[in-house]
Amino acid sequence: MDFNLEIFVEGIPYLLKGAVMTLRLTLISVSIGIILGLILSLGRISKNPVFRYSTGLYIEVIRGTPLLMQLLIIYYALPSIGLNLPAVTAAIVGLSLNSAAYVGEIFRGGIQSIEKGQMEAARSLGMTYFQAMRYIILPQAFRRILPPLTNEFASMLKESSLASTLAVTELLRSGRELVAWKANVFSPFIGVTLFYLIMTIPLTRLSSYLEKRLKKGD
Amino acid sequence: MIKVVNLHKKFKNLHVLKGISLEVKKGEVLVLIGPSGGGKSTLLKCINRLEEPTSGEIYIGEILITDQKVDINKIRQKVGMVFQLFNLFPHLSVLDNITLAPIKVKKINPELAKEKAYELLKRVGLLDKAKSFPSQLSGGQQQRVAIARALAMEPEVMLFDEPTSSIDPEMTKEVLDVIRQLALEGMTMIIATHEMGFAREVADWVIFLDQGKIIEQGPPSQIFFSPREERTISFLSKIL
Ligand SMILES: Nc1ncnc2c1ncn2[C@@H]1O[C@H](COP(=O)(O)OP(=O)(O)O)[C@@H](O)[C@H]1O
Ligand SMILES: [Mg+2]
Repeated sequence: MDFNLEIFVEGIPYLLKGAVMTLRLTLISVSIGIILGLILSLGRISKNPVFRYSTGLYIEVIRGTPLLMQLLIIYYALPSIGLNLPAVTAAIVGLSLNSAAYVGEIFRGGIQSIEKGQMEAARSLGMTYFQAMRYIILPQAFRRILPPLTNEFASMLKESSLASTLAVTELLRSGRELVAWKANVFSPFIGVTLFYLIMTIPLTRLSSYLEKRLKKGD
Repeated sequence: MIKVVNLHKKFKNLHVLKGISLEVKKGEVLVLIGPSGGGKSTLLKCINRLEEPTSGEIYIGEILITDQKVDINKIRQKVGMVFQLFNLFPHLSVLDNITLAPIKVKKINPELAKEKAYELLKRVGLLDKAKSFPSQLSGGQQQRVAIARALAMEPEVMLFDEPTSSIDPEMTKEVLDVIRQLALEGMTMIIATHEMGFAREVADWVIFLDQGKIIEQGPPSQIFFSPREERTISFLSKIL
């Protein structure tokens, strides 16, 4: 054990900066992921086979390959076709595109869990498909997917650590840099651990609380 | 007002409606009876194209609604529908359930829509429930709200799909009374129901539908008191 309280305390402001970057990556990526995911889910349940299969393929590819590989492709391979993204942007693009696939499936499950009669009733009143989605289906689906969506934030907080391989100084990389500077492994990583837990535990708690409330409500 | 000509509906290989033709004149009430699975719901859903007919023609008023070029959302505003399971919007209050479509679809002034909703709630005897949510209401109350919701669009035609089948027997009367009142006011309606007493009373014409075909049709006095077909007789003897 080479834990050293002084090094631990000294490292906190630096780790805090990294944690802010982690939070930023997560919030932006999941937010974009929610918008793209909603579109993907509408494609997945569309009657049009082109929309259905193209969105299905996208989701399969993203979920069937490692996020690390996706990030490396965006950061290192895209420049060869003339697309040069700064590291943070590349990380956000990669994480968003990845999150979209997972959020898309969450949305799809939520939408499909709404009784068929809701859409029928809405359409029977003359609403268009999109009006019915907007006023009837999505508000109900959104309540049901709030717990898994909260979980998605928690996993993205952890997954975003892969951005460290693109030289983005988020929480994990801040810790590794401290390890190198201070020649001490334990102190910085205990700090990193604590920072991750401070961010993820409230989210997973919130998720189970929402889940319970939903069970009672229905 | 409603005319159906040689309507067929298939779900993949399942032939559910096999050449249905019928006509309902303005102000008339047509009652559909028949065993479960006979095609009543599918027929009603074809009439506002919640289900796409496989072939055949359907007219609402003068409009051939099976023509792919018609704006079906416009047509549906004129065709109210009431479902067996009510299908109220659980996330909206009773008032919002009723005003949503008038406001968003017909673009009616929200204040006006509200006024109209209160009028309708009064008519169905639920004025005190405007602020409640569907889950706080009994089945009979929910169905009356569903009727008010459909009427709020000021339809020319109403379709009822077994409106009392999911309601406790003690509460069916309050729903049937509302429909009876509509009949008296001259609303054009098609009603699928297992309530034979009610059917006898409000129907101008009765169709017995079994396995996707019209087996027998006629005025209620004929269908209920002197049915001719074996299947009608056996169905009625089971249900009465
Ligand atoms: N969406 C659907 N897909 C496949 N089969 C269906 C669908 N809806 C109804 N059916 C079938 O069509 C037949 C008629 O059903 P329905 O119209 O509900 O009859 P009813 O309302 O008289 O009980 C039944 O055999 C039912 O299983
Ligand atoms: Mg039915």
